[in-house]
Amino acid sequence: MNGSIGLIHYLVVAALLFTMGVLGIFLNRKNIIVILMAIELILLAVNINLVAFSAALGDLVGQVFAMFVLTVAAGEAAIGLAILVIFFRGRGSISVDDPSRMKG
Amino acid sequence: MTYASQVAMTLPEIVLALGALALMLVAAWGGPSSTRAVSWTAVAVLGGACLALIGPATSGLSAFDGMYHADAFAGFSKVLIYIAAAVAILLAPSFFERTAGDDLRPEYPVLILLSAIGMGIMVSTGDLLTLYIGLELQSLAAYVLASFMRQDQRSAEAGLKYFVLGALASGILLYGISLVYGFTGSTLFYEIAGAYAAAPLSGDGKSIGLMFGLVFVFAGIAFKISAVPFHMWTPDVYEGAPTPVTAFFASAPKVAAMGLAARVAIEAMGPAEAQWRQIVIFAALASIIFGAVAAIGQSNIKRLLAYSSINNVGFALIGLAAGTPEGVAAVLTYMAIYVVMTLGSFLVVLQMRASDGQPIETIASLSGLSRTRPGLAAALAIFMFSLAGIPPLFGFWAKFAVFDAAVRAGLFPLAVVGIAASTIGAYYYLRVVKTMYFDEPTAEFGEGDKLEGGLIAAAAVVVSPLGYLAIPLLGGWTMAAAQALF
Repeated sequence: MNGSIGLIHYLVVAALLFTMGVLGIFLNRKNIIVILMAIELILLAVNINLVAFSAALGDLVGQVFAMFVLTVAAGEAAIGLAILVIFFRGRGSISVDDPSRMKG
Repeated sequence: MTYASQVAMTLPEIVLALGALALMLVAAWGGPSSTRAVSWTAVAVLGGACLALIGPATSGLSAFDGMYHADAFAGFSKVLIYIAAAVAILLAPSFFERTAGDDLRPEYPVLILLSAIGMGIMVSTGDLLTLYIGLELQSLAAYVLASFMRQDQRSAEAGLKYFVLGALASGILLYGISLVYGFTGSTLFYEIAGAYAAAPLSGDGKSIGLMFGLVFVFAGIAFKISAVPFHMWTPDVYEGAPTPVTAFFASAPKVAAMGLAARVAIEAMGPAEAQWRQIVIFAALASIIFGAVAAIGQSNIKRLLAYSSINNVGFALIGLAAGTPEGVAAVLTYMAIYVVMTLGSFLVVLQMRASDGQPIETIASLSGLSRTRPGLAAALAIFMFSLAGIPPLFGFWAKFAVFDAAVRAGLFPLAVVGIAASTIGAYYYLRVVKTMYFDEPTAEFGEGDKLEGGLIAAAAVVVSPLGYLAIPLLGGWTMAAAQALF
């Protein structure tokens, strides 16, 4: 295994991507499109995990799961962008800093 | 088992899916004028799905190699989900008619049906893949429902917040699922349980992976049931979403997510009970205390009910923390009674309209309601006392059942803290009652709707002391449902 890329490397990359995605949602101070990109990053991190485990275990379920995640992610992005368009029509802005209409 | 007999077990979902697809076509061709017909047909489809539960769908067997369970637990939860979904469809026409801005469109009942399919799959799941697909089907329909009033900025904001935080929750849950899959080698619940039983969580690499997977999965589920510390989306989404949609969010998805939590906790991770119990106990106490304290300062009735739902989820989690068949039965009892109480409360909120039909949401506008609309005030008082868990109303029995299960499982400190915290919660429920009965009347509400009045009366009768007559029946059903998990 010395020098070659093993399961652990994939897991570390996925963990880093996942952390970046979560931080992207919480530390992001610019606009909501960046949040959508961060969500995609999280889902891709999960897919790397699933495929890496699938290859390591010699079990196909992980790859099938990754296909489902990709499909659902596409649907999720479509709905997210649709809601974003409605939001923009009402506000004229998609900035995260824009004050919220609800308080409490 | 033949393929046909396995498909027959999924009959409720098939009925709903075919119904939703057919109604989607009707909605597409018929346009807004078909709304009434589509709504009533959707309610009939939900009734048909309830009937489809009789037979193979509650036979206690599993279909597709254990990916889908057709047992009493799924059956009981689905009945609750379908009833709540039907009420959410029935509430909508009069709300959208009177509110300025958007009209009700025929997509609304179709989206509720699609969401109900997802919730049905959630409570029947026997595999992490089925779990994920059911959860996403429910959530994606719910995101659209939250932003259904396209002219209303609050509705769009609610939809966006729900979407972002819901997608984050799905991501966290999925990351947990990928770890559980990797370290147990399977996505099937019974094989995961075998792997957790075989690897005592001792501290080597594999057990750390299993532990991380468990924590992430429970964090994701906590988001969906809006348990503290993953509750922050709830008040904003409940306030911004159209009121019939809020009533739906507060009832059906909570039942589905609680059912899912029970399935994952008992069926998949039963052998790791000592580990998840700590998480569940923390979430339960934090939800009860935070839900009660944060509700005190609220002036908007929908926000108040949002915090109330956080508070109530905490009580239901106490039953889950017990981890016994009695505990799971208590969770189901709690959710059944909670659904009636919360739907009743939202039905009353829907009656809060100015004379021009615009909805009013401030608690102050309820003042003197006992003199202007005594029947409505009495109904809301019953729901508030019941949510506070004051005997002899039925809400008391719900709390009694979960505390009884916790004490029997030896969780005395949890039960004691829970009971003490429930008195904090009583304060804000009683404040609503005080506003209605002891404050001077300010504004009079516009006339109510006959159908909604009937539903309010029915819900009030169920949570009144008359509800206790149903205890033998309810107890038998919930116990049979809970036994299906063990």
